[in-house]
Amino acid sequence: MEDVAIVGVGLHPFGRFAGVTGIEMGAVAIRRALADAGVEWRDIQFAFAGSYEIDNPDAVVALLGLTGIPFTDVYNGCATAASALTLAANTIRLGEHDLGIAVGMDKHLPGAFSADPRLYACPSWYGALGQFVTTKFFGMKINKYMHDHGISSSTLARVAAKAYRNGARNEDAFRRKPLSEEEILGSPMLNFPLTQYMFCSPDEGAAAVVLCKAEHAHRYTDSPVYLRATTVRTRRLGAFEVHSPWLPMEETPGPTVDASRAAYETAGIGPEDVDVIQLQDTDAGAEVIHLAENGFCRDGDQEALVADGALEIEGTLPVNTDGGLIANGEPIGASGLRQVREVVLQLRGQAGDRQVPGDPKVGYTQLYGAPGTAGVSILSL
Amino acid sequence: MAQVPIAEGVFTWPSESPQLIGSRCGACGIVTFPTQDSCPRCAATSMEEHLLPRRGTLWAWTTQAFPPPAPPYSGPTGEDFVPFAIGYVTLGDDVKVETRLTETDPAVLDAATAMELVIVPFAEEGDDEIVTFAFRPCGSG
Repeated sequence: MEDVAIVGVGLHPFGRFAGVTGIEMGAVAIRRALADAGVEWRDIQFAFAGSYEIDNPDAVVALLGLTGIPFTDVYNGCATAASALTLAANTIRLGEHDLGIAVGMDKHLPGAFSADPRLYACPSWYGALGQFVTTKFFGMKINKYMHDHGISSSTLARVAAKAYRNGARNEDAFRRKPLSEEEILGSPMLNFPLTQYMFCSPDEGAAAVVLCKAEHAHRYTDSPVYLRATTVRTRRLGAFEVHSPWLPMEETPGPTVDASRAAYETAGIGPEDVDVIQLQDTDAGAEVIHLAENGFCRDGDQEALVADGALEIEGTLPVNTDGGLIANGEPIGASGLRQVREVVLQLRGQAGDRQVPGDPKVGYTQLYGAPGTAGVSILSL
Repeated sequence: MAQVPIAEGVFTWPSESPQLIGSRCGACGIVTFPTQDSCPRCAATSMEEHLLPRRGTLWAWTTQAFPPPAPPYSGPTGEDFVPFAIGYVTLGDDVKVETRLTETDPAVLDAATAMELVIVPFAEEGDDEIVTFAFRPCGSG
């Protein structure tokens, strides 16, 4: 199979943009990724686009040029962007095309995500009772995890404070005002032990990456970043997952663990080799749990790691250097490509005020969401 | 006011001693809640109705301090909203069931272990009182 390189990244900032459509944001992200790669839209041979709110994100061609390329839309919950990236990479790996693009765009209303529970194979009464709520799942998962592994609420507050601090160093972030641990702990309790400022919010934005056959990468850039692995996994029976009216007696690791192990195996890279990390921080607790689920520490080690500043930009395990979902919000279709763009900037040494020191060479991204879907990618110079 | 269950087939009602209605796979024995027609473990289609134990132990919990998005939520909202708690209760060796909890105090829930099924008011609809299942700490009356 062909190896794959990323030669261009582009972002429409994340936040709230009255009067700008999701499609328009997608076009901005694509144009920026094309410019970064030094290619024209007419050079692009295929595309995959991810979105939740936009039925047909491929309509972005109306703003870029109707070139007739194969352009496929994907939706896969919070792992939508990982799915678009995986499909785009596989198209090159399989030799079908040499140069393509993965783009994600979304424009959500404020407030917790909702849907008809029957669309998730849940009974109607489950939603009527107020149990079809994603934030409640995250509250339960971290509450149990803290109990089982000795994690404190202060650790959750420190993780959220880091996100806002990193967001303040990122001009493309949604939330750029640092918040103290006291402000975070003192904000309204939404789902115990998670307070309002420990959660990310749905918002708006777009991100795009240009991918090519690895052996062509130097045509476009002096600093290609190679995509060593892309994996998507869904939950197995016994995993503790969102939107589960019941769970079996047997307990199984979640899809993040499965996606992560598969990605390390494919890449021939281990967690000890990774220099810069992007994790799904739907809430501060999710970042804590995902640190262990992706192999970066043992369960319970997070308490000391966070206290010691290990997850900071200057730490030994820099996590969510651009502020993650907490500071950027979550336009579902774009979120994972924002992660990839951040890792690419970090590996190129172009992350400015938030650059991880010491010339990072290996990066890692992870997405997780309803109804129990995870995506991982591993990138390196 | 007539008491009407949130949905048919979720718990036995009316009953002096109500039970949640699950299903058990005739092939591999896994228990689900609510009932379903096919097995999520072995894909067999020989699921049989199975009444669940009324008592269990608390496995995980959180609170719901804001009104869930409506729809699908159909309970009281606005000033009538009352925060509630949600948890999973392990019922014997059968299954873990996600359920409302009658107790919302984190300090009490943190110490809670043994739980028992109760039927509680959920909402009013015309002349009917909609009731649902919940679990309360054993001995909390």
